[in-house]
Amino acid sequence: MTVREAIAGVHSPAGFAAAVAARVARGGRFCGVFASPAGDGTRLIAVVADGGALCIDETVLAPEERHFASLTPSIPAAAWYEREIHDLFGLEPVGHPRLDPLVFPGASDVAPLRERPTVPAVPAVSAPPASPVELDLSPLPGHVHGEGVFTISYGPVRSGVFETVEYLIETSGEDIPHLRTRVFYKHRGIEARVSGMQVDDGVLAAERVEGVASVAHAIAYCSAVEQMGGVVAPRHADLVRVVHAELERVANHLDTVVRHTEASGQAVAYACFSHHKERVQRLRASLCGSRFGRGVVVPGGVSGPPRLGARELLDALGSLHRAIGDDLHRLMGTPSFVDRLRGTGVLSCDTARRYAAVGPVGRASGQPEDVRTSRPYAAYGRLGQPVPERHDAGDALARQHVRLEEIAGAFHLVRQAVDLLDELGEPDRWSVAVPAVRGRALGWAEAPQGELLSLVEADGGALVRVKHRSASFHNLAAYPAAFPQDIFTDVAFIEASFGLSIAGAAG
Amino acid sequence: MPWIPRGLREGVVTSAYPRRDDGYGAGFSGTVTVAPDLGDAALVRAAAKACPTGAIELTSERPRLDRGRCILCGRCARLAPDTFRVDPGFETAAVARRALVVPPGDGDDAALDEARRTLAARVRVLRRSVHVRHVDAGSDGSEEWEVAALTNPVYDVQRLGIFFTASPKHADLLLVTGVGSTGMSLALRHVYDVMPDPKAVIAVGVDAISGGLLGEGYASGGGVAADVPVDVFVPGSPPSPFGILYGILLATGMLTASLRPSASGAPPEGPAR
Repeated sequence: MTVREAIAGVHSPAGFAAAVAARVARGGRFCGVFASPAGDGTRLIAVVADGGALCIDETVLAPEERHFASLTPSIPAAAWYEREIHDLFGLEPVGHPRLDPLVFPGASDVAPLRERPTVPAVPAVSAPPASPVELDLSPLPGHVHGEGVFTISYGPVRSGVFETVEYLIETSGEDIPHLRTRVFYKHRGIEARVSGMQVDDGVLAAERVEGVASVAHAIAYCSAVEQMGGVVAPRHADLVRVVHAELERVANHLDTVVRHTEASGQAVAYACFSHHKERVQRLRASLCGSRFGRGVVVPGGVSGPPRLGARELLDALGSLHRAIGDDLHRLMGTPSFVDRLRGTGVLSCDTARRYAAVGPVGRASGQPEDVRTSRPYAAYGRLGQPVPERHDAGDALARQHVRLEEIAGAFHLVRQAVDLLDELGEPDRWSVAVPAVRGRALGWAEAPQGELLSLVEADGGALVRVKHRSASFHNLAAYPAAFPQDIFTDVAFIEASFGLSIAGAAG
Repeated sequence: MPWIPRGLREGVVTSAYPRRDDGYGAGFSGTVTVAPDLGDAALVRAAAKACPTGAIELTSERPRLDRGRCILCGRCARLAPDTFRVDPGFETAAVARRALVVPPGDGDDAALDEARRTLAARVRVLRRSVHVRHVDAGSDGSEEWEVAALTNPVYDVQRLGIFFTASPKHADLLLVTGVGSTGMSLALRHVYDVMPDPKAVIAVGVDAISGGLLGEGYASGGGVAADVPVDVFVPGSPPSPFGILYGILLATGMLTASLRPSASGAPPEGPAR
């Protein structure tokens, strides 16, 4: 794999915000800003994608410095990142428009990641004991003012089997002029827990950051570790990674179809697509033992080949693809379904660009980047990938179209990977040993939800800090922009079509 | 083809479990068992050391494995294959936390019987129909997929009189997933409080039982038992839909002889036989 990560520049704290803003103004796509302990101080790391390269700008804040100039006024996509840095590191982004609590229910003196763990550290970072907290149910200052405007709190316990999240809907009755998302109910402190873990255990944690995208997270994490260790996974292993990652994509995209059919009351279609999703999960389990592809991707390669023979696997893929395609065709010809998606939850191309939206959400709003083609990893550079159609309607229907094309594309990729594995024959080994790693590296993958980054810092084979930046977290900043044209009954469609994993967003 | 004939075309895809065994469920690698032989002590020690959640206890003469911590990574089975084995099976839920530690210790059976009797007496009226409310208290998102799968045509739990309900006030059973995050503590407790009696709580997955890989931390309570009284523990990371279904049947006493004529006389809710 070609590593095209460039250290772009180390800046003074005063010049950091301007340098990142300038890079974005020149056409770069903002990917995130993260904090990390640096000696007694704190390092800020901003990642900007520029064509096929990732540029990293960084600065180090002195130990006593608890402020930095906010990036958000010039880069709206940085809003949630800076809230997270504020809550986890106790740093204040000066000039940030709204520092609502992100990882704790209210103002907190705890800054769990401020202290750098000693290396090698004890497995668990010592932390204050968990105790029930009183939720602050007093209304937050609203965005919308006017006669009869009130705030509805929907969540955290919601009507159905969903992940916990709370939506604060500011409304005068039925429209949704403003919606806020509160994810802190699910915050698990996974990054603090990972510090001090051995590199091999880190992949188990990566798989649990966003359980529905276990494979993509494991790939991003392991490719960072492999870069640091100076090793390259065997070609066979790269192909196996593609097989599992693409089946994960099919399962996730089918999940959004299931949720759409459920929300629109299409009982038969719901039964058909939930059955298809179950078949995909079972196929995944028959390849590795886990319905979520866990335990397949390990640092240095994979744990083993798919447990089905090539012939058997190709047959299973063929019948699955035919059955799914047939029903998708029928579904997209059902007016009472399509009408619920058309014009619903529009994220304009301009908004998507300003918030640097990624994944199917971005691709439905004129942001075509797909990491599998822009920065190919695993075996993607060696496999044929269809040129995606360009979508710019930005509504739930466009997002559905993007996902349907990606389901077809995923089957195409898996078939190629299986064929190539079959041609290559049995390898000497499925993984290479990774030496005790130290340093810092950035791994990435295109999860079903979009681009994800894994910023790994290690010393002596133990993890110092891992920042798992999920696409779900990144897209949260753009999420409220999709609601103002719509009414309450559209919420389920907008939510499903964004396909955010709250676990990945809350950390 | 319109939807209704399409729906009929496939025929019946629904599992017959628990009336009859299910081939897929029976073949799913859902549990780790400990062999009766002692095996190589050095290998067993290495396996215990390598366990990422510290699920292997070496205090007694035989190694014991805590399924309430085991995330099924399979490391122990690779390091000490004569002692630990990843086995098919999903009927691993238990009515007491200590019953998840296999093989059972002295006195466990009596305590387990007692727990089973108490639960059965309490939930006797739920045997024919039960309404279930799910609450996520800090899961990784995969458990929700497996719980939601119970309503797909393959598992179709409505056929067993099991229904998901939106309101906790209509619920008899509380399915809790996740590590017991600090942020959800109060909401979870509130849901439990407003459920009418009799009620039962199922901890779904090792995250809910022990915190799983995350354990305890500043934002996670190491399981949900600190917030709500758990009656049934369903191990797995995540548990399979069949595993969760077994947990529900266990909690409501639906696993009676009339439903499972083939049961071999052994108590169905015991740890691995």
